[in-house]
Amino acid sequence: MKKKGNANRRKFLKNTIAFGAAALTAGSASTLAHKTEAGSKGTTKKVKVLTTEGKVIEVEKTVSDCKIDPCTPPLGREARQGIPGRSFVMVVDLARCKNARKCIEGCQRGHNLAPDQEWLKVYLMRDHPEGEPYWFPRQCFHCDDPPCVKVCPVGATFKRQDNIVLVDDNRCIGCKFCIVACPYSVRIFNWKKPPESKVPIEEYSPEVSQPAQIGTVSKCDFCPDRSRVGKLPYCVSSCPMGALFFGDKNEDAVSNGTETIRFSELIKERVGYRYREELGTEPNVYYLPPVERMFDYKRGLESLPEEKQKVYDDIIYNRNSKKNL
Amino acid sequence: MENSGVSISINDFVHNLEKPSKKWYLGVGVLTVIALFGMYALLRQFMEGQIITGMRDNVVWGIYTANFVFFMGLSYAGALISSISQLLRIKWTKPIVRIAELLTVSTLIVGAPFILFCLGRLDRIHYLLLYGRIQSPITWDVIAISTDLVFCIAFLYFTHIRDFAKLRDYPGLNVSNWRKKMYRYLALGYKGTKEQKKYLHQAHDIMAAIIIPTAIIAYSLLSLLFSMSLRPGWHSTIFSPYFVVTAGYSGVALLIVIMWIYRKNRKLETYITNLHFKYMSFALIMLTLIYGYFTFSEYLTDWYNQTETYHQLLHKLYDMNQFGWLSLFHFVFAFVVPIIVIGFPWFRSINMVTIVSLLIVIALWVKRYLIVVPTLETPYIPIQDIRPEYVHYSISWVEWALSISGIAVIVLIFTIASKWAPIIPVSEVADAHNLEKPKLLFKVRNDSTIKSQEDVVV
Repeated sequence: MKKKGNANRRKFLKNTIAFGAAALTAGSASTLAHKTEAGSKGTTKKVKVLTTEGKVIEVEKTVSDCKIDPCTPPLGREARQGIPGRSFVMVVDLARCKNARKCIEGCQRGHNLAPDQEWLKVYLMRDHPEGEPYWFPRQCFHCDDPPCVKVCPVGATFKRQDNIVLVDDNRCIGCKFCIVACPYSVRIFNWKKPPESKVPIEEYSPEVSQPAQIGTVSKCDFCPDRSRVGKLPYCVSSCPMGALFFGDKNEDAVSNGTETIRFSELIKERVGYRYREELGTEPNVYYLPPVERMFDYKRGLESLPEEKQKVYDDIIYNRNSKKNL
Repeated sequence: MENSGVSISINDFVHNLEKPSKKWYLGVGVLTVIALFGMYALLRQFMEGQIITGMRDNVVWGIYTANFVFFMGLSYAGALISSISQLLRIKWTKPIVRIAELLTVSTLIVGAPFILFCLGRLDRIHYLLLYGRIQSPITWDVIAISTDLVFCIAFLYFTHIRDFAKLRDYPGLNVSNWRKKMYRYLALGYKGTKEQKKYLHQAHDIMAAIIIPTAIIAYSLLSLLFSMSLRPGWHSTIFSPYFVVTAGYSGVALLIVIMWIYRKNRKLETYITNLHFKYMSFALIMLTLIYGYFTFSEYLTDWYNQTETYHQLLHKLYDMNQFGWLSLFHFVFAFVVPIIVIGFPWFRSINMVTIVSLLIVIALWVKRYLIVVPTLETPYIPIQDIRPEYVHYSISWVEWALSISGIAVIVLIFTIASKWAPIIPVSEVADAHNLEKPKLLFKVRNDSTIKSQEDVVV
């Protein structure tokens, strides 16, 4: 590890000297101190620079994707701390969701989940018998008072300072108490041997949640490893409707990849709410009510295979009418 | 007392302890095979993962948890009966206290591992100690149950010491030499001197006084596994006392069944008399009523003002296509039948009481199933899943195998323990007629100057 770090540093220093001022933007001094692989993550491109003599020259610049330092997921105890100064939130615009299920697929691909394992589920909800059904994507709410963390007997699941609740699969004993405690049915269990990891992973970090291990619990992790390199979570970036927004409450900005909006204004204007506020878990996922929808909920239903549509029969017709249950 | 302690002697029991018959060996063999099959099932589960159980993402705790609660509950009554009769110097319970204590220890030994069968990573079981967090109800259970187990085994052993001494001193005891050696070793040099008697008696008292609160705490903590979760049907304030009462109820019922079996098998009518069945069935009917009261209170509040998820849960419990038949079975055999058979004089016979007791035990297992499974099938966000096994729980062969092997191990412990020492605590029964008065825990000062009435209260 150390050798590699030194090599990177040397390469980095070489770049810095060679390209002078242009390269300064590539990384900060702290990147050096942390011996990260900033260099290897960066890509090079040509940029035009004005020299002191007033000439415009073209130089190569190393553009780093690293947005949060360090940009490789930390291991062990460090992974439990979280990224300082961050307060990750997600906003789900229910008016835009049409159950395209691209978020689920993106998540499964990104986290190498088995086809029947869904960290993110899209439910069909209906609030009362007169109400119109709507699609309800539900990822982990990363609660501020998480019932799952409270009950873990070995501290395998933990709350970090950047709002994220993670599971350390190396610690988990598989008692499933957290699955029982979570009122939102977020957590899933690896009942059988999980699929082999496609990307080779040198050392396990709870931030990556890979490789999954049999007999342990896993769940949505808000993709902090992607935040580190300036990418949005898999679900957000794969939503064709831009229904999912991810961001930082401290920066007061959330983005769905194409638009970046002020978090506080969005919640204020669209009357954002949190699911089942009465449970007192203080979620960090906000929902914008499904008003003035872009699509009829039926479109999301029709696109599903017929057997899958049956799952929603009860919900559409009589979930909340006590007589018909 | 019908059986005054004077007539009892170790002589009556020695023939039961000597050379086991072929039938006994056959019985032990069969039980061992069943127990080993359970171990095979556990091994398969360990190798292949919990995919071979009926548990899935919604119902993540199945009958392992139900069994855990059930067996722990059975243990509870035995501990309570033997401790209370020790402390209060109750004479009539003496012939059945050893059965009660054996029931406690055997069900504890079998019950506690059932929660471990739920673990996905049995190989990381030591993490519970390495990384234990005191905030978790599981840690509370680990502490409480292991304490309870140690105390109950110690108590069981203390009550055996005098009988081991008797067996050691029995001339011409026809057992193998290693067993004689063990008796000598386990009797701890007890000779029956005045001092030894006093210390042993004190040890009994102290253990009994510790076991009562320990057992109550252990069983209350067990209920917190459920009531600490934000789930309909679980998140209830009366769960702890409800669990304690249910535990006592099932334990007393099973105790009656075991009393009946030993009385029949070992011809113990002179020791386990009608009187015992009379008193125990009285205790049973009292517990039926208390249990009924708790059950009624629990469901009434849920039903009267039902929120949406509670409504869904109650609907599942009443629906004949879901849990309706099990609920009916539980209601009839844990409540209606005991009241008719024991509450009224027409059917009240020893055999009938025993049959009803057995049905109560089964009904209370069903109740545990009804606590665990329907609630897990009713999460706040309704299950929308295409896979039927994820929507409804069904018990797999692995879970059945482990459950049945658990029962086999309990029977096995009884079979072997009653070959080792008389099932009737000979020394205690012999002493029953000259029991001391119960020691007062504290004295109340008499405020008036008249002192003559001071000690009459006892």
